[in-house]
Amino acid sequence: MKYNFNFVNYFKKFNFVSLILVLLSLFFVLFKGLNYGIDFKGGTLIEVRVQNNDIRVSDIRNSLNKLNLGDVNVKNFGEKSDFLIKIEKKLNNNDSLISEIKTSLDQDLNEEVNYRRVESVGPKVSAELLRSGVISIGLALLMMLFYIWFRFEWQFSLGSIIALFHDVIITLGIFSLLSIEINLSIVAAVLTIVGYSMNDTVVIYDRIRENLSKFNKLEIDQVSNLSVNETLSRTLITSVTTLLALFSIFILGGEILKGFSFAMILGVIIGTYSSIFVASPVLRYLRVSSKTLEKKEDKIVP
Amino acid sequence: MLNFTKIKIIIIYLILFLLTFFASLNLFYDGNPILKKKVNLGLDLQGGSYLLLEIDTKPLIKERLQDKVIEIKKFLKKNNFKYNAFTINENSISFKIENDENKKFQNLFFSVKDNTINQYIDQYRTHQFDLEVKNNIYQIKFSKYGLLTLNNAAVNQSIEIVRRRIDDLGTKEPTIIQRGEKRIVVELPGLKDPSRIKDLLGKTAQLNFRLITDKKDDFGSEKMTSETGEEVIVNKKIIMSGENLVDAQPRVDNQSNNPMVAFTLDRYGAQKFGKVTTNNIGKRLAIVLDNKIISAPVIRESITGGSGTISGNFSFQEVTDLALLLRSGALPTPINIVEERTVGPDLGRDSIISGAISLIIGFVLVVIYMFYKYRIFGLIANISLISNLLMLIGILTILEATLTLPGIAGIILTVGMAVDANVLIYERIKEELRTEKSIIHAFDMGYSRAKITVLDANITTLLATVILFIFGTGPVKGFAVTLGIGIITTLFSAYFIARHLTSSFVLRNRENIKL
Repeated sequence: MKYNFNFVNYFKKFNFVSLILVLLSLFFVLFKGLNYGIDFKGGTLIEVRVQNNDIRVSDIRNSLNKLNLGDVNVKNFGEKSDFLIKIEKKLNNNDSLISEIKTSLDQDLNEEVNYRRVESVGPKVSAELLRSGVISIGLALLMMLFYIWFRFEWQFSLGSIIALFHDVIITLGIFSLLSIEINLSIVAAVLTIVGYSMNDTVVIYDRIRENLSKFNKLEIDQVSNLSVNETLSRTLITSVTTLLALFSIFILGGEILKGFSFAMILGVIIGTYSSIFVASPVLRYLRVSSKTLEKKEDKIVP
Repeated sequence: MLNFTKIKIIIIYLILFLLTFFASLNLFYDGNPILKKKVNLGLDLQGGSYLLLEIDTKPLIKERLQDKVIEIKKFLKKNNFKYNAFTINENSISFKIENDENKKFQNLFFSVKDNTINQYIDQYRTHQFDLEVKNNIYQIKFSKYGLLTLNNAAVNQSIEIVRRRIDDLGTKEPTIIQRGEKRIVVELPGLKDPSRIKDLLGKTAQLNFRLITDKKDDFGSEKMTSETGEEVIVNKKIIMSGENLVDAQPRVDNQSNNPMVAFTLDRYGAQKFGKVTTNNIGKRLAIVLDNKIISAPVIRESITGGSGTISGNFSFQEVTDLALLLRSGALPTPINIVEERTVGPDLGRDSIISGAISLIIGFVLVVIYMFYKYRIFGLIANISLISNLLMLIGILTILEATLTLPGIAGIILTVGMAVDANVLIYERIKEELRTEKSIIHAFDMGYSRAKITVLDANITTLLATVILFIFGTGPVKGFAVTLGIGIITTLFSAYFIARHLTSSFVLRNRENIKL
């Protein structure tokens, strides 16, 4: 199918929308904050499955409250008989907190509770995990920047990085708004989003560069519009196949992968949007024209 | 781009065949004696326990400084330094030398040969201790490399002891490795509840035998509480320590039916124990474990046979654990458990099932969509997608990589993103077909023009996965491995397998081709 939309007409409107979204997201991230899981905050997480279907969240909470654990968060997790318990209290070295919790639950719920998952992260390790998470996302952004700089001109590099920040900030904003837990797998998801969004942007940029040298009489607006249209069916098909795979994980992949696949779905949608409506307009603002390419012409391989 | 030499075709399909063969090894893992390779399941899929231990070197540093005290005092006397205000701090020893003897002291303290108090570490070309002098106050501290040597020795010894304790419990296939400077990773597949192991690792198990005295003001003694709650004064002098133990076993006393630990001493220990028990009949012996008296029996007769028993208020479980701890030896320094993750076997099974179901459904959806979009070429893209998956599993098998739940997510994501390369190429060919009359030429141009884009697009994702692999831990690493290998197999299958299939189809049906 050949598309011929006039994207350029909408650039300004969508740029305004993007700007508002980014500012709103920053506001949420800064003032509401992110809901860090135990990976990054330290604490204990226990997933239990009970046999007695009449057991409610309150029963578990009452049993745990006797132990003086401080902030305890209990919620249903997937099935009715599955519960997720989160305890903020940090482990003091080798204390027997977990066995005490188990004994108390077994007694109060009057059955042999199935402890499906127990995770406990000390304060030192969680601080390190957070730091390495932030470093790895920062480093990934930096490497992308250099790669695009190496392959294209600096305007393209700047444009793709603006698009990436746009994606990452809005994704985090939505996470903050919906209080979705940030754990190790979310970091993996954010990095994959970075990769995916970049992938999408590069495909359009490649085409813009090609068309700039092919039609050196055209304005950057027309070239952008043409290039986005030419690559649009690829952009849509790839988004669809990726989303098909992701929705399959989101719906059927179990509770543990829910947050991860949700982040990825958000990222794919935002990333696709941003390569059309953020990365391309940036080139116009940076006054890219066919002349921009001339200086580097000999460096381009194709 | 559509021409393939025979040799190229052979190599392409040979690689596909070989990797598929490796992938198939997973099906015949049991009862295959020659090539035993498979993809391992991570703890989150097969169930098990992961513990991250950190050694605490603080007590060790203080202990080592304490050990140095006598030598340093001897050294000061021998070289006629007049010192006072000798103190031992948390991580240094300090004293004051009245006259200005800084130079002389430095020369002696940092001599390279035959240095009795400040050992020269050849490996790092530096001394074990650093010296700081201020207003005639001399402060001796471990140097950076002195600390490192101490730390490494402690970690290595700890790993050894941890391994002995875990092996003694009979856990299947434990993994115990060092991570970073001070940490030890313990992975115990199949373990449902690590609390017993945590208990055992939480004790340093430093055992010693000391005499109980009755003289209250005796120098070099300390007040301790016995196992029955009675206050006793225990001599600081250690008769014998756990190092002299060669074996310890749980027993039940024939007469009282009380559980106890029977131990056997090495020759040196037996001699010493014999001598002390002979000379102190009627006195009480304190058996001290980690600075707590666990038993304080009266010496009734001399014990010269090199074996004895420890009895007290123990349950049978306690006796079993105590024997195990004594057998495996003492940890050089306390260990803290800084991270713990345990997954029950049923959750692991559930994760595998839901992972497999979502993989199959995701795969089928993508395959149907591609066929709907590109018909015969969609079929080719699907064949290359299947080859892609087989090769991905094949490489994971060769590497004997560990598959985690996020790793499965990485494979599913690969399925979604792998078709991108073919989509890019087909869309490009479609464009070329609009302007190009020769179909073959259009296909050729499509492949070569899309090449740069496909490479650029995939390298960016690959860069992100490399970062993930370097900085990620545990499950995240598993995700990075599958996604990263997935990108490479994707490029291979799009540019070699799918291209070859496309070219043979196009060359054979030049006339009626629709894309």
